[in-house]
Amino acid sequence: VNGEEENTSPLAGVRVIDLTHHIAGPNATKLLADYGADVIKIERPDGGDPARRMAPFLRDEPHIEKSGLFLHLNTNKRSVTLDLKTNGGRALLLDLVRDADILVESFAPRVMPSLGLSYETVREVNTRIVMTSLSNFGQSGPYRDYKMTELTLYALGGTMHSTGTPDREPVKLALTVEQFFAGMITATATMGAYLGAQAHGAGQHVDLSLFEMIAGNQDRAVQAHTVFQYAGTIAQRAGGGGGRNVLPSGVYPVADGYVQFFALQPIWDRFCRMIDREDLIEEEYFTRPDHFSGNATVKAEVDAILYEWLLPRTKREVMEKAQSAGYFCGAINSMEDVFNDPHLAAREFFAEVDHPVAGTLRYPGPPFKMTESPWRAGRAPLLGEHTLEVLGELGYSAGDVTRLREQGVL
Amino acid sequence: MAKLPLEGVRVIDLTVVWAGPFATALLGDLGAEVIRVESLQRWDTNNRMMTPAVADIVKHTPDADPAAPQWEVSGNHGSVNRSKKSVTMDLTRPEGREVFYRLVRESDIFVENNGPEVVQHLGVDYDTLRQHNPKLIMISMAGFGAYGPYHRFRAYGANMEAIVGHALLRGYADRDPTSNSNVFFADACGGATGAFALLAALHYRNRTGKGQFIDMSQAENVAHTFSQAFMDYSMNGRVQGTRGNRDFSRAPQGVFPCLGEDRWLTISVGTDDEFHGLCHVMGRPDLAVDERFADALSRYRNHDAIDAEIAAWSVSQEHYDAFHALQAAGVPCSPVLDVSEVATDPQLWARGMFQKLTHPYLGTHHYLKPSISNMSETPLQYWRHAATLGEHNEYVYKELLGYSDEEYRWFVENGHAGTKFLNARSGSETPQRVLQQQQQQQQQQQ
Repeated sequence: VNGEEENTSPLAGVRVIDLTHHIAGPNATKLLADYGADVIKIERPDGGDPARRMAPFLRDEPHIEKSGLFLHLNTNKRSVTLDLKTNGGRALLLDLVRDADILVESFAPRVMPSLGLSYETVREVNTRIVMTSLSNFGQSGPYRDYKMTELTLYALGGTMHSTGTPDREPVKLALTVEQFFAGMITATATMGAYLGAQAHGAGQHVDLSLFEMIAGNQDRAVQAHTVFQYAGTIAQRAGGGGGRNVLPSGVYPVADGYVQFFALQPIWDRFCRMIDREDLIEEEYFTRPDHFSGNATVKAEVDAILYEWLLPRTKREVMEKAQSAGYFCGAINSMEDVFNDPHLAAREFFAEVDHPVAGTLRYPGPPFKMTESPWRAGRAPLLGEHTLEVLGELGYSAGDVTRLREQGVL
Repeated sequence: MAKLPLEGVRVIDLTVVWAGPFATALLGDLGAEVIRVESLQRWDTNNRMMTPAVADIVKHTPDADPAAPQWEVSGNHGSVNRSKKSVTMDLTRPEGREVFYRLVRESDIFVENNGPEVVQHLGVDYDTLRQHNPKLIMISMAGFGAYGPYHRFRAYGANMEAIVGHALLRGYADRDPTSNSNVFFADACGGATGAFALLAALHYRNRTGKGQFIDMSQAENVAHTFSQAFMDYSMNGRVQGTRGNRDFSRAPQGVFPCLGEDRWLTISVGTDDEFHGLCHVMGRPDLAVDERFADALSRYRNHDAIDAEIAAWSVSQEHYDAFHALQAAGVPCSPVLDVSEVATDPQLWARGMFQKLTHPYLGTHHYLKPSISNMSETPLQYWRHAATLGEHNEYVYKELLGYSDEEYRWFVENGHAGTKFLNARSGSETPQRVLQQQQQQQQQQQ
């Protein structure tokens, strides 16, 4: 990172002490780091962040510097190994906290107090720091110490129950996406509290719960909760095909795969233009309200016309034609398609980043682009790569470092 | 109470559907003044959606108003437009646009996620607005960003997610994607990251005095969340598919039937200890010593067999009871909650996550507080219920922008400032209205 970029990054000068691991917390500090914050990731000396041991691995070789998940989640951070269970480790962390703006941690709620690092202690050292604690269920309540994984998390939020088909069990979303979402919310809450601390001179403790984030998320959950409050109604699993409207609003097969349609508005005219049937635009049989809005026979007739048009066409042809007619449609792409997508290429979404062990790989690029202040392409740190550097900045001598290493602190 | 984090920051909200309104909701939660701009000429049924019939609301809510206008009772509007102010003006006419420009001069942030080129057509694009306020921060949260071959694409979350890979990575492992129900995960992510982008830009402006434009592609943002599949292709050229509810590194993991109609329990076992806890709670010590389930790999290989054993047990269990018993034994698990169960969940109540609020039309309900509420010095909540249409017209026109009473009257008489959609009557009769009702019924079948 050159000096000029350092200075124009939106979060240049913000120092973050990162005590998070796995996915959600690291995704929050990734956003901070990629937009310029100095994120010091504290890792345990015996193997570091457990995400270093999570798949996928480069050439399927398990190795703490070759986890694709870890490499993606920890770009632009500095890694310091520290055993927080030692007195020396704790003292060193408090030294780091003294000069920091933000502390983010994602331990189980009992851990930070047991390490002598409760918010009260942290605040004694630095009154203007924002400390974010991210946990499964929050720092209080009857479920506080319960375990959680991606599946159990999504199930609690209220929307998994209505995801899937009625004749089957509810089904989760892909991979660990909800934990990534939680990271985005965590970054927003932390930045919000930090701006408050900057403006009003006082830090605070932000207590975030994964359960609460998923229950309050905008993919149907918070709205469905509100509808339930208003009228007592509960969403059911609707299955594929997008319900009974004549306008296709779900997944349809095409020559080489599938496409995803969706229609919220009465865009029958656009549908007819998509399938080259302008003659049907004014056809009352389809547009009269009782037929248009959910007559199963009419829907089957419309689907039959649509299938005939879809089946000889590729997903890309269908998507391009639909979009040129103004109909909402996306090709259902594999990762191979994604990596060959012309739009993502034109926007230079794939960031090529070199790493001393993993080599040059393509990573997901900026989630948003700012005209004045750039996103940083960068790499994840090796375990403990910046221990000496960061301790040096704190004024520790080479002798201090040797002593701490012998004591097992580093 | 201490000042809220974003007190003194003013946000103009010209957003539609879900993602944009969620971004501004988060800013409002943090204490920004969010002013939502709508026009009386255009009832945005994309945002004012998930709308129960007023008769059903009245049946369920003793103090609801039977004469409530349909556009005021949207579940989406009621949640994601929390704590915002509402002003109306017609941006298709020069007089309305002038009101908007005046508002831009008094504001810090402008958020929009409209269809392609809408802001250009309305004359509220960044190049125009920066003339009125050089320090303005503007974000366009487009599906595919401000440039590139797809920048004119029309897409809801489901369409964006298809294009960047989500649809093939989710759903049942033994069925094709046509059995996938629609999800809009990109909207949740777009709102969360959109808010973060604006906070980052605010920090930059605090340091340098400079505003800027933020080009956000919701598709690119959500693509980060499929990390394992993305990086597996990047590193190994492998194309991943869906695993349904299973996981490569945890077995058994799945969703199991429980007592009652459509009641389910998730179980996600990662270690031998967790497996032994599961066997203990099931009263099946024999399974704990069964060769087929001796370690994670053998449990993965014999997943169907262990699933059958769990289902035979779970089917006679209450999901909440099984949840507590298994968690006490150290087994990661949860009930699959529907929204009625979320509304009564003891953890959320113990954490004070429900807030009682009375809305003039909808009556009194318990709203789920913002998920970022638990801040020690500035606890956050719904600062007020979602505004009724045009509720803050007088405040914005007169107090904020300095229009005289006489000028304000002109805006009222000429269809800018008002509290009713002018197309409401016809709107209730068009296929659009019927379609909307139909979709709501599907989404909310009792």
